[in-house]
Amino acid sequence: MTPDLIYGLTGIAVFGIGLVGALCALDRLRRVLALKLCSVGAGFLLVVGAWRAPPGVPDPVPHALVITGIVVMVSATAVALALIRRLQTLEAEDER
Amino acid sequence: MADPLMIFDILLALSIVALATASLSVRDQFTMIVLFIIFGLLSALAWVRLSAPDVALAEAAIGTGVTGALLLKTLHHLRFVSGSRNRQPMTGVAPLPPVPLGVTLANAAFCGLITLGLAAGFLGAPAAGPGFDMLVAEAMPTSGVAHPVTGVLLNFRAYDTLMEVVVLLAAVVAVWQIERGLSEAPAPVMGVVWQGFARLALPAIVVVGTYLLWGGAEAPGGAFQGGAVLAAMGLLLLLTRAYVPQPGHRGIARWAFVLGTGVFALVALLVAGGGRVAFEYPLEHAKTLILLIEGMVTISIAVTLAALFHGREPVALTTGGRHDT
Amino acid sequence: MAEVIAAVLMTAGTVFFIAGTVGLLRFPDIYCRLHALTKADGLGLALIALGTALLAGSAGAVFRIALIWFFVAVASATCSHLVARHARQTGTEVQHG
Repeated sequence: MTPDLIYGLTGIAVFGIGLVGALCALDRLRRVLALKLCSVGAGFLLVVGAWRAPPGVPDPVPHALVITGIVVMVSATAVALALIRRLQTLEAEDER
Repeated sequence: MADPLMIFDILLALSIVALATASLSVRDQFTMIVLFIIFGLLSALAWVRLSAPDVALAEAAIGTGVTGALLLKTLHHLRFVSGSRNRQPMTGVAPLPPVPLGVTLANAAFCGLITLGLAAGFLGAPAAGPGFDMLVAEAMPTSGVAHPVTGVLLNFRAYDTLMEVVVLLAAVVAVWQIERGLSEAPAPVMGVVWQGFARLALPAIVVVGTYLLWGGAEAPGGAFQGGAVLAAMGLLLLLTRAYVPQPGHRGIARWAFVLGTGVFALVALLVAGGGRVAFEYPLEHAKTLILLIEGMVTISIAVTLAALFHGREPVALTTGGRHDT
Repeated sequence: MAEVIAAVLMTAGTVFFIAGTVGLLRFPDIYCRLHALTKADGLGLALIALGTALLAGSAGAVFRIALIWFFVAVASATCSHLVARHARQTGTEVQHG
């Protein structure tokens, strides 16, 4: 039981939970959050792939990829949330 | 066998999975976001355990801090729009038709299969195959910086990072277009203690952000983490109403959005003009060029993230139109 | 010697954290829970910061730990104030008994 095994399985579990949420959740905010969970799960796997047993130095390339992924994900989340705000406002106006 | 760190790892992994499940299954949306923020911080802790402090900093600052602020802001807006600040707005004003239970179960089973397949693939993968470690270690002396992750981000894989800054730029353009003419929920009044905290924290945030940027050349940190910390300053300023975006400031904001991309692309073009490949910095200027790019990108990231949090483009009230109530 | 003192300080800090968490779970209303959380966790944080500072190698590291302690303490006090203020404004009642 080394950290890479433990956290690799954690990452896969988090990815699976996010996948279920993205497909099955009804409210929009929750779906965006579920996609974010998927991205964290994928990040876990990349970081685990970069990990080397203690005396070794971790591989910096996957780390850079995950940092890029985090920034791209926050951009995508911001656009998705803006769309949600817009949709909700339009629906509220239709209702009136 | 009873390695205390292993027990810690297992407990941390279990709480991460439990928090992910809880944040998707809890009914109240506010609780959902708070659980997600705790989940993000614990993931960052797990990444520290996997000796990835850069990724942990980025996840804590951007993936959890800024994303959490965006989610809370959206929740505030949704509750304001549906006019039920304390009741639970579930899926909007018009409720969606319920999905048949069979479809949900089939979806869940499908996701379970995918997850099992991934787990089988992960467990069956060859242990510790050769990575890019050796290549990066060999090339580090030519990168101009001492920290491998910064070297990869700003030198070896600089195209990636350039495109990442372009994605941020595209996001803020899209958000300004989507939110055009949208009415804004009134900002919550936070009180005197909060104002005092903001006054204390603002200068400290500036120092921390700059330190992260500067330290990124030798130690974990860098443009993205520093930019996110500086964006937190923007969030504080917006929340305390110490800075209210004015329509006249749009020009400055637009320049700040494109500054990072512009300088990045310009440096690439100038280097390419000198008979080299686009990001093959001349060794004697490599550190200067990387710091220049990082500094400008940090400013762009900070302003862009703060603008993404603010959402709507600041427009003059007279042109607010029919949506303003 | 320093390691033993640091271990004692950190263990004491952990005990305070556990006490705060027990209070969070067991106390009846939001005001009592905040009371348990802020007091116990504030002391626990200070003890753990002191313990890590004893083990820190350089003066710079000690200074950084002190700064972290200061800002976490100030931020947690502000957050607790905001939570309590929001609870009072939305009319959360104090539970008796």
